[in-house]
Order: sequence, then structure tokens, then C-alpha cells
Amino acid sequence: MALLLGSVAPYLSAANWNSPYSQQGVEEQVLYSSFSGRPKHLDPARSYSSNEYTFIGQIYEPPLQYHYLKRPYQLEPLGAAEMPVVTYLDRQGEPLPADASTEQIAYSVYEIRVREGAKYQPHPAFVPVDEVVLEQVEQLSDFPQQGSRALMADDYIYQIKRLAHPATHSPIFGLMTEYIVGLQALRDQLKEARKQHPEQWLDLRKFPLDGVERVDDRTYRIKVKGKYPQFLYWLAMPFFAPMPWEVEQFYERPQLKEKNITLDWYPVGSGPFMLTVNNPNRKMVLERNPNYHADFYPTEGEPEDREQGLLADAGQPIPFLDRIEFSLEKETIPYWNKFLQGYYDASGISSDSFDQAVQLSGSGEAQLTPDMEAQGMRLQTSVSTSIYYMGFNMADTVIGGTDERARKLRQAISIAVDYEEYISIFANGRGIPAQSPLPAGIFGHQTGEQGVNPVVYRWESGKPVRRSLDEAKQLLVEAGYPNGRDAESGKPLTLYFDVTASGPDDKARMDWYRKQFEKIDLQLVIRNTDYNRFQDKMLNGSAQIYLWGWNADYPDPENFLFLLYGPNAKMEKNGENASNYSNPQFDQLFEQMKNMENSPERQQVIEKMTTILHNDAPWLWGFHPKNFGLYHHWYRNTKPNLMANNTLKYARVDSAERTQKRGEWNQPVLWPLWGGVVLMMVLIVPAWLGIRRREQQSLRKEVS
Amino acid sequence: MIELYAAIGAKPLFLWTDLLIWLLVAVIVLGVSYTRKRPHLLEPWHRVARSRLAMGSLVVLLVYVVIGLLDSIHYRPALKSTEANAEVHYAVEARTVLDWLVGDLGEQSEKSYSAPLATHLYSRESIETEAGTVRDYPRLQHGGAHLEDPAQQRGDLTTSLFVGGLQGVLVWLAIALIVAMWLRNRQGRSPLQWVVSKIRGQSDEGDVLPWHTILWVTCVVALLMMMAIQVGVKYHILGTDKVGQDVFYQAVKSIRTGLVIGTLTTLIMLPFAILLGIMAGYFRGWIDDAIQYTYTTLNSIPGVLLIAAAILMIQVYIDNNAALFETTEERADLRLLFLCIILGVTSWTGLCRLLRGETLKLREMDYITAAHAFGVSHLRIITRHILPNVMHVVLISIVLDFSGLVLAEAVLSYVGVGVDPTMYSWGNMINGARLEMAREPVVWWTLLASFLFMFVMVLAANLFSDVVREAFDPRLQSRGERS
Amino acid sequence: MLNYILRRILYAFPILVGVNLITFFLFFVVNTPDDMARMQLGMKHVTPEAVENWKQERGYDRPLFWDDTASGVGVVSETLLFIESTKLFRFDFGVADDGRDIGKDIRERMGPSLAIAVPTFIIGLMTNITFALLMVFFRASYLELSGVVLTVVLMSISGLFYIIGGQFVVGKLMHLVPISGYESGLGAFRFVVLPVAIGVISGIGSGVRWYRTIFLEEMGKDYVRTARAKGLSEGRVLFHHVLRNAMIPILTGAVVVLPLLFMGSLITESFFGIPGLGSYTIEAINAQDFAIVRAMVFLGAVLYIIGLLLTDLSYTLVDPRVRLS
Repeated sequence: MALLLGSVAPYLSAANWNSPYSQQGVEEQVLYSSFSGRPKHLDPARSYSSNEYTFIGQIYEPPLQYHYLKRPYQLEPLGAAEMPVVTYLDRQGEPLPADASTEQIAYSVYEIRVREGAKYQPHPAFVPVDEVVLEQVEQLSDFPQQGSRALMADDYIYQIKRLAHPATHSPIFGLMTEYIVGLQALRDQLKEARKQHPEQWLDLRKFPLDGVERVDDRTYRIKVKGKYPQFLYWLAMPFFAPMPWEVEQFYERPQLKEKNITLDWYPVGSGPFMLTVNNPNRKMVLERNPNYHADFYPTEGEPEDREQGLLADAGQPIPFLDRIEFSLEKETIPYWNKFLQGYYDASGISSDSFDQAVQLSGSGEAQLTPDMEAQGMRLQTSVSTSIYYMGFNMADTVIGGTDERARKLRQAISIAVDYEEYISIFANGRGIPAQSPLPAGIFGHQTGEQGVNPVVYRWESGKPVRRSLDEAKQLLVEAGYPNGRDAESGKPLTLYFDVTASGPDDKARMDWYRKQFEKIDLQLVIRNTDYNRFQDKMLNGSAQIYLWGWNADYPDPENFLFLLYGPNAKMEKNGENASNYSNPQFDQLFEQMKNMENSPERQQVIEKMTTILHNDAPWLWGFHPKNFGLYHHWYRNTKPNLMANNTLKYARVDSAERTQKRGEWNQPVLWPLWGGVVLMMVLIVPAWLGIRRREQQSLRKEVS
Repeated sequence: MIELYAAIGAKPLFLWTDLLIWLLVAVIVLGVSYTRKRPHLLEPWHRVARSRLAMGSLVVLLVYVVIGLLDSIHYRPALKSTEANAEVHYAVEARTVLDWLVGDLGEQSEKSYSAPLATHLYSRESIETEAGTVRDYPRLQHGGAHLEDPAQQRGDLTTSLFVGGLQGVLVWLAIALIVAMWLRNRQGRSPLQWVVSKIRGQSDEGDVLPWHTILWVTCVVALLMMMAIQVGVKYHILGTDKVGQDVFYQAVKSIRTGLVIGTLTTLIMLPFAILLGIMAGYFRGWIDDAIQYTYTTLNSIPGVLLIAAAILMIQVYIDNNAALFETTEERADLRLLFLCIILGVTSWTGLCRLLRGETLKLREMDYITAAHAFGVSHLRIITRHILPNVMHVVLISIVLDFSGLVLAEAVLSYVGVGVDPTMYSWGNMINGARLEMAREPVVWWTLLASFLFMFVMVLAANLFSDVVREAFDPRLQSRGERS
Repeated sequence: MLNYILRRILYAFPILVGVNLITFFLFFVVNTPDDMARMQLGMKHVTPEAVENWKQERGYDRPLFWDDTASGVGVVSETLLFIESTKLFRFDFGVADDGRDIGKDIRERMGPSLAIAVPTFIIGLMTNITFALLMVFFRASYLELSGVVLTVVLMSISGLFYIIGGQFVVGKLMHLVPISGYESGLGAFRFVVLPVAIGVISGIGSGVRWYRTIFLEEMGKDYVRTARAKGLSEGRVLFHHVLRNAMIPILTGAVVVLPLLFMGSLITESFFGIPGLGSYTIEAINAQDFAIVRAMVFLGAVLYIIGLLLTDLSYTLVDPRVRLS
């Protein structure tokens, strides 16, 4: 075995023995990346998770995008020629001045002009399809002929209609019916039409949608109910990318469906890249779209961007990369090791590889270890626009409700569960204890003493200090649970923690939580279950304490605070308010804040809301995770951008340097193999000789 | 009763698996006393007893079993009460007698990883000193905390080992002397003389057991245990894990899970396998067809998938009846029990088929046809004539299955359908440890600990089962005599 | 002969029905269509209407076992059980909960599974037989003793340790092979070497012991004594006569697992990132995609029954005295 390996491997490829790729990609600009599970949906109307956006963000181009370098996040036109123009209408459909009050505005109309010169990627849907070929194809690349065409306003309209299609299962359909005029009516029509012709493709062009109007070939209008400034953020998501009707019709053929060739799997876009290899069991490859419109690297950024060389390519045509190879990598360890060996160009840092990569400096700042520095790696950190929190079910009879008793209990627990320690143990310090639902970078987030949650922290000598356990115990006494016992019945207070623990780390985590409650003499029973059961409990409101997280759709405080808006309750209504928190005062402020532009007035309203939240403590605010990204030296132009998902077009790679480094880092170590062979020899030879001697002796005996 | 609990400050918690484990112990005790009186049944056991290998591994296994049994008596400690005369309430976190015996070992947690026997954490942290903030390895809170200067560690370790070794020898000598006094066949020597002679390797006429081996193995085990206790109270013998829990403690606590899966699975499936196997072979006809159909069907479902489905099912049951489970342990325990049951369902078919074949052969024997002719009832024929004659098949399959089941637990935990993640088990340890192999410097001790504990037990079980099989399998014996 | 095979195939039918009933019952009881819908629709903005819509589109809004609203045979045939089951028996596995065609995925993933399982099986068989023969050949020498000890030791180590250790040493420290991944065609060699080697090594313990007992049994037979008496050398007796005769029980024992090689290995495949049927199954369990799990159970059952049939056939081929009845 060893000999075979030793002799064959060098001839198989000129590359390193342990290279997971067959070619080295020296000439081309190739980026090597990975995906951890097969993306479920690549249909822009359906897809809604970050691992799917990794792909379709590069393929589909919605009307707007986030500026790559500027902070705070700023929208700029992408598929649109310029930023949409909004006009407000009153109930009668008469235009209103731009400064009209929210109550007056019945509708907002967004007029969007499509960019000139944009074309779709080459695709067989744009040429007539040969029926013979159709029977033979196994994958999309088997089609011999491919065509393209220019983008039109109709394509954008078609996509908006697709959101209402019952078979699309668009996750934002429910949300959008509240805003886009006539979307629900369209759904009803489509449902009816499908009942009559179940197997037939529905040409959505024939179904009218009141809220969308085609002005001319390159202009369309979207009519939104009321005032909804956040709508622009939605326009930066793939849900509103253009979709040619030819493509949908093309994929409706049964011959293609049974080969898994569907729109959900083979995206057709106008973006910088197109998906050419689509094997979700192994590898996905994005290649440069030859029809991509003129696009240039941004010329402005934040002041420090220039120092960091992020503006070196300013004004250059993009994309720089020719190809992006994504390999399936389910386990974190092989992923991390391959990154270290230079086979992946970038890596997030899992908690377990942390020590190897990063040290925290005296001031708590993260920096690379000398080893990694020597390898030329680069570390970039950013606080993500998400929150992981521990929620209390407000519908619960013990822990929930807004009466003083339960509130004090929740406050006491908030003090006892030490999330600073949690972050340092389980996240290696990659997180910031949350003071309110709003993470840094979102309007309304406050720093310093103002931003601190006074229920849990005290402000001492310039930094927040967690209140002492004595204070928590005092709160418990006030709540009527001295020493964790019900003052009247003397029974110990037992709380239930509903989790879906299954990972290797989870035992430790659960033990930790139990200890936190024990600190103030509360008994915590862990009710571990699987995902579906957990969802059930959340829906029927039988959970008590649970863990949950939220990742922002767009950088606006509304997208966080609506998680606590009463009418959004999870229980029975299936909203996103998992705690079923309902406080009329808060709800009223939320309605007011929702439609406001970012302004000092809005800030004031948000402050009032956070004060209510701090006091009610429906969540234990948990933490905002910090993203740590590691990049090899040859990977250029990277800046964490948590909102944009089409950032790969800015990336640049130095292939020559990569090839050289890979060679250096992956010299095969052979001596153990030879050692093993020698050891085997040493073991076998004497015994072999022994047998030979024995046989010869017996032979000699017979001869004599 | 309630007063009694209050007085000792603990309320027993009867877990299903505990009850079954003790039931198993009772069955074994009954079985032993039954066998002792019947020389023809005792004969193969004598063969096992004479084997040095078997007795050596049995000693090791017994140590595991004792630890497992101690860990199978659960109780809920009373919560400290503030006022006198208040009703006593009990914690929701169950403890076992083993926890009580090892005392603080399970409680002494550090902040995070520390290497075996270390006095410092495994990673640097910012420490506030008079000179300002320094990045260094902080001292552990428990491991080696009694040392003023970590440099004394080597000397301290040697002392502890020496003291532990001394204690080990004393403990061993005590055990040996007790055994010797209890023994009849001492050839007129005093207990001490007897022990010395055995250690020297003398064997007496009429000795069944290989006392030489037994005493030596016991000696090694006693030494190791006492040393581990001596060192363990001061240091973390096998380091600590991510949240600073003692890895040695975890590995020891995992013994119970391994034993439960290895033994209860067989115990649960045994009645079905025996009953159905014998019925199929004895009655033939449609009964045979029905039973064969059942086990072929069950067998053809891939095991992991069946287990996955069953585990999900029990999860649903637990959640729908959350009120039945006061403690986390009870929830985890029911899942463990169910895992045993479903593992039993997937593994009983092999034994069932063997028994069917054996019964088919037996029922053609003359004495059984004769019994038929005399009108002896079926039940009587089965219990009197067939069952005793197939018991060796049953026994062999029990001992052979044991190690396989222990190993299977680890794999199932990896797939995510094993024991509850909140339970101590080697599978859960390995599952967590595999992520640690990517760290630099490598955190190897969790993997090593689970490896060692599991390996020793499975190795002992394998060696023991080999001897048992040779002693009981008539086919192997005839071959052994010929060659 | 043909008659026999036909009868066995007919006999397989009720078994498959039973398997299907059991899995259907188990999975649909724990996982209602509502659960599946929520699993597929994700975390954000899921409305009850979306759940209802998903069920309708997938046909999961039918009753499970019994349809009161239908008439005649419809009470049975209009149910989920009947529709899903009949599809399986036509080997039409339908679509997974995430909308992909299962049959196509199974066909695609079979290759990688076989690329690991077949070499592991063949090399494993040859290695085990070789070592067992060597142990018999070096009887009563220190090599046999250490061999016996080594096999028990190897047998007592959990398979997970072989994989974790192998990946760590060969992949990470020695840089000899890629740590994980797969490629079709000749390029697969690099990726397959380590999993196959580990598969072989982890099987050595029990395999060698088993073959050794077979060889020892053969050694006790009369023809061996005759051969020795004729003055044949020990090596010749062993490698010529004993090996040839022992091949019968070895091969007939191996036949039963042959079809199951298609199912792949759960653990190896997921550790090494090989896109085979084993990892497919595990992913389906983790994602609770029971359309896939049901298909895999059915496939596994079919293969198992084929294995049983092959075993019976191989007995008759090897030993003409055994008649098929």
C-alpha cells in the first residue's frame, strides 16, 4: 500500500499530493471557497438564507445594491439606472408633496428605470429548444445553443408577480401582501387558475397585478400601501431581481424537471457571474458572465480604506475573477485544515480553531498569532447585524406577563446569566453583550452610558459593570421568591429551558446555563428536543425560556424592534415575536417609529422604546456575534460588508503567489511510510527464516 | 418515608435504567446460585474460571461494573432550607452514589481547557497584576492550586503517586487477605502465607481459579485506582474540557452509559428472541412463517434509520408528556432506555435465527419425540428439554454482543441519534473531541480519555467473551481437542 | 432454478410491504406534514398560509391512512400511504421535501459510494485472508501470538478513532492526501486512498479472526493430513489446498453483503466529505427529510433481500448437493 502510494501519486498530478483540486489555476483568476451544505433554493423569489445568497447574490441583480466600502450602509443603483423616485398619493390617488404627514399618505409609488445595456447570461432558454436534445440532456450545459437578450422592465414585473405564485413558496409573500397593492388578489387568481389546469405552466404576463405598472420598455412603477421607507431595502434583495418569462417557461418542461433541471437549481441572471457547474453534492462553479454590463470598482470609501489598499483598484472594470470554485465541505475541521494548507482562500474562524489563529491583546483587541502573521494572513472583524438572545415566553404563567412579580424575576435572571462569561467560553470573545435588540451599525444603537441596560449593568469608571448577584437575589425577594422559593408555599421555583441541543458542544452549554440559574438558587430543567417539536412549542406558546436569534434583513431599527411588536406574536399568529411580548405603549411607539426617516426625533422614540424593553425584560438580551474573517495574503480587496451579498465581484486574487505558497506549505512527509515498511520487514524476516529452517530440517530428516 | 428522606437529606430517584440494571444484577445472582448446585452446568464455567486470560479481564470488567452500579443509584439532594420546620424540597439535578463518593471531583471546574496534570490554563489570558496587564497562562483554580510554586509540581506528583501506591498496596492486601480468609482450600496455610505463595506463582491441588493472575491484576488495578484518587483530588488527571470540566470525571461517568447499552439491550431483547426463536423452530408451519417474516422484515430496514425514527418518536412522547419528567436526568434516561429497546429490536433477529436452527435440530432428537409420544405438553417440553439445551447459544451471543453495542453507541452519537446530548457518554465525548483535533496546539486528552476507557473495557470484554465462547461452544471444543 | 428465483421474488413482496408500512408509520407519526413544511420554509416570515400552501403543492394535504370523503376504493387509494407506497414499488422515489428528484440524486451518488465501498471490500477481503493465512502459516511462533493479540486490540478500537487518527496523521501532519473531498474519474484516486485504507484497517481485527477460525477448521480435516503425508511442504498445503477449500465458506459469506455495498458507509462518507449514498442518508436524517429516508429504507430493504437470494444461489452453485426447494 505504502509503496503503491509513494510511486503513483507524483505521476497523477504535478500538483501537491494533498491538493483537492485537479488543476492549479495559475493563469486564471480563480477563487477557492466552500459551501457547507447544499443550498436548498437558488430561485430568487424563494431563496432566503445567507448560504444561498452566496451564490445568487453574484448571479441575480436586483434594482439596488449596498455601496461596498461606505459606512453606514448606503444604497446605490445596480439594476436600476438611478435611485427610484418616490411619489406619495392620498386615498383618492392624488399626489401629495414630499413632506406630507404619514397619516395623509395612502400609497407610495416607486418609479424605477432599468439600467441601459444590461443583458442576461447566455442560456438555452433564449433560443428555440430542440425536442431531441431535450430528451438527451443530463445537465444544463448539455444544451448546444445558448442565447441572450436585453433586460426589460417587464422582467422585473414578472418577478414581482412570481412572488404571488403558489408554487414558488416565496417566504416574503405574506409580508409583501401588506405592502404591494393587489398581491393577494393575484395569488387568489393564480390559485384558481391552477385548480383548473393543474399541470400547466401559468404565463404570469396574462395576470394583472394592480400594484405594478409598466410605463415603458425600461420603466416600471410599484405601488406600496402607506408610507414604507424600508421598501428600498427590499429592492436590494434578490426577491426583486429581473426574471425573463422565457426562462420560467423553459424550465417548466417535464423532461427537465425529472433531471432536477429547474429554475430553483439553475439560476439565470444578469449579474457578474453565472453558475456553470452545479453539483450540490460536490462542487459549484461560478464563471464570469460574458454579457455583464459595464461595472467599476468604487472610487470612494472610508478614510482608512485607502491606507489598507482597498482603493488600489478604484475605477477598474469589475469583476476581476474569472471563476469561483465552491467545494462542498460539511465538517469544519477539514475546512480549517485546508485553509491552513492554502486550498481555501478565506475562512471564518470557528471557536475551536480560534487559539491557533487569534490572540486577544492586552486591551482585548483581536490580533493574529505570530504563526499566522508569518503566513501572511489577514484578520478582519466586524460586529454582525444580528442578535442571539434568550427569550422569556410572556404568555407563560410563571415567567411571563407584565405584572411586577414576573418582571422582577426576569430582571433577576437577566443579571444572573452572565453573557460576558458565555462569550468568553463559547465564542472565544467573539461577541458583544447586547444592551438592547439593536446591534452597532443600526440606527438607534447607542454607545457609552446611554446605551447601557440599567437593569443589568451599572456604569462605573467609564465602563458597564454587571450588577451583583446580591442585587439579583434582592429582586427575587421582591418578586416573592426568597432563596429561589415561593414565599407562600415554600416550593422551590423550577424553570424550564426549551432548547434544541444536539451538537457536541451542547452538553457543556446546557451545564453552563444550569449553573447560571443555580447562582440565584433557581432550578433549571432542560427540555431538550428536536427542531420540529421546538417549533411546535413556540407556536402553541408552551415554551418557557428559549434561545433564539435574528439576522437583519436590512439595516433599519424597524427590522429588530418589530420582533417585539405585539401584533407580531408567535403564538397562534405565527409572527416573529417569539416571546409573545405585548405592551400597548411599546406597540404605539413602534407604529410611530416605523415610518419615520432617520432623524433625532426617531432616535428619541427609539430611546423611549428601549427603556420600556429594559424594564420589562422580555428577552435576556444575549449578544451580538462578531464575525472574524481570515484571508490569505493573496486574496485582495476584502472588506466585511454584512448587508451586501454581491461582494465577490470586487475580489482579486494573486494566483502566482498562491501556487508558490501552496507548494511550500504542503511538502509530503514520507519517512513514517518507509519506517513502517522497515518495521514490517524486521518483524517478518526472522519468523520467515525460522519456518524455512524448520521445513528444511524436516526435509533433511526425511531424506536421511 | 418522607421523614427518612429529610433526615438523610436525599430523596431516591428511580430511573428506569437503574431499576433494570439492578434487576439484571438480581437475575445474575439467581443464575449463579442455580448453577452452583448443578455440576453439569458448572462444568463449562470451570473451564472459563481456569483461564488466566478470562479471570484477568473479569477483574477489570468487575471494576467497571462496580463503578457503573455505584453510578446507578440516583438521588436528589435536599435543597438547603432557610427556616426551620419548612417542608424539605429536593434539587432537580440528580446525583448518584458515585458522585457522592468522589466528592468535589465533578464540581471542580476551571475556566476552560487545561492539559492533564497542568497547573495552568492551556491558553493565554490577560491577567491583571501590579505591573499592569500581562498576557500569560493563568493558574488553575483547582488543579495544583495547593502548590505555592508550580515548580514544586514534579515533587508533589511523585509524593502523591508514592502515597497512592502505598495505599493501593494496602487496599489490595486487605482485599487479598479477606478473600484468603473466606477461602476454604488454603492447604492449612495462614491467609498471609497463602497470598505470598500465590503471588510467587505456586498453584495448589484443587485450585479452580488462577489466583496468581487474579491477585496480580487486582494489585495493578488497586494501585492505579488509589494513585488516581490521590492525584485526582489535587490535579485534573486527564485535563479539563472546553468549559473546564474534569475529563477524567466525565470518562468515569460515561462508564454507566456504556454498560447500560451493552447489557440492557440484550436483556430487553432476550425474552423475544428466545420465545420467538424456539417457537419458530418447535412449531414450524405458519408460526414459523410468521416469525421468519417478522425478522426478515425488521432486518431489512437499515438499522440506523430505524433507530433514528424511534429516537424521534420518543422525543415526541417526552415533549407531549413533559409533566412526567421532573428532572433533566429522567428525560435523558427515557431516551437511553428507548435506545436500548430499539437497538434490541435491530439485533434480536440474529439470535432468533440461531435459536430457530438449533431448535429445529433438537426437536428431531429421540428423547423429544419420545416425550411427545408420552403426551408431555408443549410448554413442558420447551421449558424442560429445549430451553436448557439452547442456553449456550444465548450465553455466547450475549457476551459477543456486549462489546459491539458499546462501540455502536459512539457511532450513533456521531450520527445524532445516540444518547441524549446532555448525558455523559464516550460517544458524546468523542463527538466533541473530534473538533478539538483541529486546534493548535492540539487538545488531545478528551479523545485519549474516551479512547482509553472505552478501549480497556471493550478489550476486557472481548478477551472474556472469547474464553466463554470457547468454553461453551461444542464445535470449538472438539476442534480444540483434536489440534 | 428460474422457478425458485421467481418464487423468492414473490416472497419478497410482502416483506417490502411490511417495511414500507413500518417506515411510513414511524415517520409520519413523528413528522406531520406541518412539520415538514416548516422545516422546508425556513425560519423567517413563515405564515400559516404558507404552510398550508406548501402542503397543497406537495400533495401532503391528503389524509394519512383513510379518506372518508372519497368513495369506493378511493377511501384507501386516495390516501398518502397508498400514493406514496405505490410510487416506491415502481421505483419512482418522487421528490425530496426540498424539491429535488430523489431518483436522480441516488443515481448520481451511487458512484462515489461504490468507489469507496468496492475497493474497501475487495482489498479488505484480500488483506484479511492474507493475514489469516500468515497467522496459520506462522503457527506457534511469536508472530502468531502477537497477531492474535493485535487483532483483539484492533477489534476493540472504535471505528471513529481510526478515522479521526488517520485524517489527523496522514492528511494533516504528513500532507500525503487531501483531507476530504471527492472527484469523479481518475482523479478520485487521491481522495479514495485514505478512506479505503482506514476501512481496511478497521476491518482487520474481526475479519482476520474470523478467517483464521475457518482456516484452522479446514486444517483439522482429513485431506490436509493426507496431503502432509504425501510430503507436500507446509506452504504448499496451506496455500494450495486449504485456501482453495476455505474459499467456499468465505465467498458464500461475502456474497450477502455485496448488494449492500451500494448503500455506502454512513460514517466514512460524512467524515471524508464523499458525496455518496451514506452521507445522503445522514444528511436526510439531520434535515429530517423523510421522503429521502423512506426511499433509502426501501432501497436498503430491496438490496438486503437480493443479498439473501444471492447467498442461497451461491450455496447451490458451490455445492451441488444443496438443492433449492
